Amino acid sequence: MKPMFRRVWGLMYRHLALYRRSWPRLLELGYWPVLNMCIWGFTSSFLQARMGNPAIMAGATLLGGVLLWEVTLRSQMGMSISFLEEMWSRNLGHIFVSPLRPFELVLALVGMSIIRMMLGVLPAMLLAWAFYAFNLFALGPVLILFFINLMIMGWAVALGVVSLVLRHGTGAEPLAWAFLFGLAPFSAVFYPVSVLPSFIRPFAYALPTTHVFEGMRAALLQGVIRWDHLAAAFALNMIWLAGAALLFTRQFHAARVSGALISIGE
Amino acid sequence: MNAIEVEHLSKRYGDVSAVNNVSFAASPGATLGLLGGNGAGKTTTIAMMLGLLIPTSGRISVLGHDMARNRFTALARMNFSSPYVALPSRLTVRENMKVYGHLYNVNGVNQRIAELARELDLGAILDRPAGQLSAGQKTRVALAKALINRPEVLLLDEPTASLDPDTGDMVRTWLEQYRSESGCTILLASHNMAEVERLCSHVVMLKKGEVVDRGSPGDLLLRYGRKDMEDVFLDIARDRRQAVPA
Repeated sequence: MKPMFRRVWGLMYRHLALYRRSWPRLLELGYWPVLNMCIWGFTSSFLQARMGNPAIMAGATLLGGVLLWEVTLRSQMGMSISFLEEMWSRNLGHIFVSPLRPFELVLALVGMSIIRMMLGVLPAMLLAWAFYAFNLFALGPVLILFFINLMIMGWAVALGVVSLVLRHGTGAEPLAWAFLFGLAPFSAVFYPVSVLPSFIRPFAYALPTTHVFEGMRAALLQGVIRWDHLAAAFALNMIWLAGAALLFTRQFHAARVSGALISIGE
Repeated sequence: MNAIEVEHLSKRYGDVSAVNNVSFAASPGATLGLLGGNGAGKTTTIAMMLGLLIPTSGRISVLGHDMARNRFTALARMNFSSPYVALPSRLTVRENMKVYGHLYNVNGVNQRIAELARELDLGAILDRPAGQLSAGQKTRVALAKALINRPEVLLLDEPTASLDPDTGDMVRTWLEQYRSESGCTILLASHNMAEVERLCSHVVMLKKGEVVDRGSPGDLLLRYGRKDMEDVFLDIARDRRQAVPA
């Protein structure tokens, strides 16, 4: 194995060993997505029973929104929390003086984010299929493109959170849980962008997630694949990711100047 | 070529000078002591040598690599141990060692773990979570982690802090043995003057971020007219007595 991949695997192995030994952590991965699916699944069933056919499609978009939003959220948290685990265990001092490059650290966090996201979201997807007759895979291969875009958005936000934690320490820790929720109302997860006041729409369209959810509704309700929305999501993701990478590079350098790396986690 | 070269190193935080114009060098296979009271600048100097902290000015070279430009090449050939930096407590000792074996790209990592377990008497605790170990066991594990890549330069920040005399002596004996067998260069920051006298061929005394004296322990004892390094340390720390000019 090439040294770079070995270093990335080394850090991933550290987290996998942790999960193997900690069932509460494993349980937590799937707990919230499954709980959310239960709440929205029952809500959707209730609406369908009361309103009949029109509510069936509304229910489908609701459940699709829940599942796809979990992809973004779990990707972001998977990366942020893996970094925070290093901080909580006061291990960053060892990691940053090892030959692991900062971009390799980010790659390892991305790897953990994918694993955590899959472990969190797959049970919820199975639940939706088994109990609410909602099969997200019915969207077809385009679902993979939706997933990729949502994960990239999650990583960009997580990289921003990690950057702020590097610079400002534990004070920035709550952002790992809170930041993405702040973007949810503008991402048009459960309703179209047209519902939003006109002055908010430009901001909504600047979010890659908005384009994915608009695309998801088009696929579910009209059976069409909106390539324009997918292209916009990819382009915006590249901008968000570049911005987050720049922020990470700067904050990492600033932390090395200020000495924050020495005291991080204390 | 020296294994470690530190030239005119300074670190300022605004108006506060943590390290000011510090220079020293260590030849291959030497053990250099970095001494000083709390706040003297030892940890700051070590952090700069490891690339955790960017100096305000000055230059650091380790094994011929400029740490400002090429630190990752040097870091692969170095290692570090400090009782103030922990290993993940839920992972077993073996898992922790494997993690660092991968990070340092160690060939035959399982065999290396077995070697270190034998040499540092870790066999009985290899499969115990690191968080359940005693202070002495943790120190030995931290040392094993620091030796996983057979480092050519080893930076040790108070390696025997909080150890009982027996374990402390065992660690010192092992460090002497490792240095003589491997030719490793060791930089040792310590408050234990008996340890410094025993292990170090040369010491640099720091006070308020500046080098205030240097020499071999024997030289310093002679110049300060003292019988042990503890008194030399106190003379310097409390400005009690000036050294006799060499």
